[in-house]
Amino acid sequence: MIIPRVPVQHRRLLPDRRLSGPTPWVIAILMMLTLLAAAAGVGLARAANNIGDAIAGRVTVQIVTANPVTRAEQAAELRRRASAAPFVREARQVGQDELLATLGQWLGSAGGDDPVLRSLPLPALVDIDFVGGERAGQLAQLRALVAEVAPGARVIPHAEWLGPVARLIRSLAWVAAALVLLMTLASGAVVIMTARAALGTHYATIEMLHLIGATDRQITRLFQRRIAIDTAYGIALGSTVAAAIMSLIGWQWSGVTSGLAATASLGPAGWALLLALPLLAIALAALTARLTLLSALKKIL
Amino acid sequence: MTEGPGARTGAMVEFDRVGLRYGPDAEILADISFNLQPGSFYFLTGPSGAGKTSLLKMLYLAQRPSRGLVRLFGEDLVHMPRHRLPGFRRRIGVVFQDFRLIPHLSARDNIALPLRIAGVSEEDLSGPVGEMLSWIGLDDRAHAFPPTLSGGEQQRVAIARAVIARPQLLVADEPTGNVDPEMAMRLLGLFEALNRLGTTVVVATHDIHLISRIDNAQMMRLEKGRLADPTGALRYPPANRV
Repeated sequence: MIIPRVPVQHRRLLPDRRLSGPTPWVIAILMMLTLLAAAAGVGLARAANNIGDAIAGRVTVQIVTANPVTRAEQAAELRRRASAAPFVREARQVGQDELLATLGQWLGSAGGDDPVLRSLPLPALVDIDFVGGERAGQLAQLRALVAEVAPGARVIPHAEWLGPVARLIRSLAWVAAALVLLMTLASGAVVIMTARAALGTHYATIEMLHLIGATDRQITRLFQRRIAIDTAYGIALGSTVAAAIMSLIGWQWSGVTSGLAATASLGPAGWALLLALPLLAIALAALTARLTLLSALKKIL
Repeated sequence: MTEGPGARTGAMVEFDRVGLRYGPDAEILADISFNLQPGSFYFLTGPSGAGKTSLLKMLYLAQRPSRGLVRLFGEDLVHMPRHRLPGFRRRIGVVFQDFRLIPHLSARDNIALPLRIAGVSEEDLSGPVGEMLSWIGLDDRAHAFPPTLSGGEQQRVAIARAVIARPQLLVADEPTGNVDPEMAMRLLGLFEALNRLGTTVVVATHDIHLISRIDNAQMMRLEKGRLADPTGALRYPPANRV
């Protein structure tokens, strides 16, 4: 049991000074940071996975033939033949308006009807998604097809330019996981110090309890209960603050629509992990306290 | 259980060539041998630093000897596993010079503590606790906390706590050291009453006047960590068998 049952009369053996010491507050801060780090880690890991899935099987063919008519014909032919290829799931020619709209965001022309923008020699783009399978072989087949249909066109695998971003995000997720681990260890250390301090503070009571025949288990349950409750208060406080911060960030995040940001979310498993963390923390604190107390009591006859 | 001296002598406590040292220092108790018979009353005397408290610590199982044999209630305590000690401690009552009451518990709760630790229900312990409070004359102070009690009152509470579970052995370390002579005599009267009920009593004291007040009490005297046996009845084997 996380918080052991102790008869009411036995509980009075320890003076009731709940939340008076630093432990609940330190645990609250650590719990808040742990939850925020865990949320960041889960969000980043899911974003990295989403990006990885999206880019792993996609390439863009950039046709830069000077003659616009030939360029359009090559793009149409490539899209048609690629769609028929068994290793391609989908081939899509990026429309001229879409290209102009994208460029317009960068060049400051709204709606893509800027004559200067329209006068730019834009390449024809064909996005191709591979079916699942051996990527290198599929890419080689596509390159052969492109060389046949549109000589001089560039084949750009998305993994080449978005891969480092995904790896960076994944690294940040691991950093967040390491932070969660370190803060869990720090919380454990706080509980150990609290248990030892409690034993020191109440040594006279413990000695007397021993002399009148109390077992280690009875004494341990008494202190374990107190430490688990103090820790639970800290964890509840830290979790509440973390939930408030996450709600605020989530509310602000919902207004962000750009591609990478939109991929970041916690998902059901992430939320389940965040909900489980406080309970795991209480259990860990109680177990740590129990082992520390039993170990210390064994040194007393 | 192997047959030991207790099985032959019927002694409640047997010390045989017991020595005690803390760390690498010289022994503070050496070659201590004695038997305590059930229902007897013993005084342990000696100058300060002679080792009285260390000897009592071994009696109330707060300390194991460095060498020698200690048997309590017929069982070898030197090699007894630690987890069995609480059961034996519940058969021993201890009274200290400095009372050692738990300050945030009332007099009643301090007295009830051994019964609660032993798992006695609240319903069943209210009677014995009430009787104890009457016996020590503190019915009206049942809910007072130790810091508000006088030295004599605190010591009476400590005695009640030590005896409420009806221990077979009562060990008192300078129980009258912090009370006036009149209260000392009252406390001694409590010990004597317990002894008449069959409890073996061991009282460590400097007070030679106290010793003369108890008929048939035997005396052990410690000097420089060694036991003198003025009555000749404490040695193991007993003097009449030597």
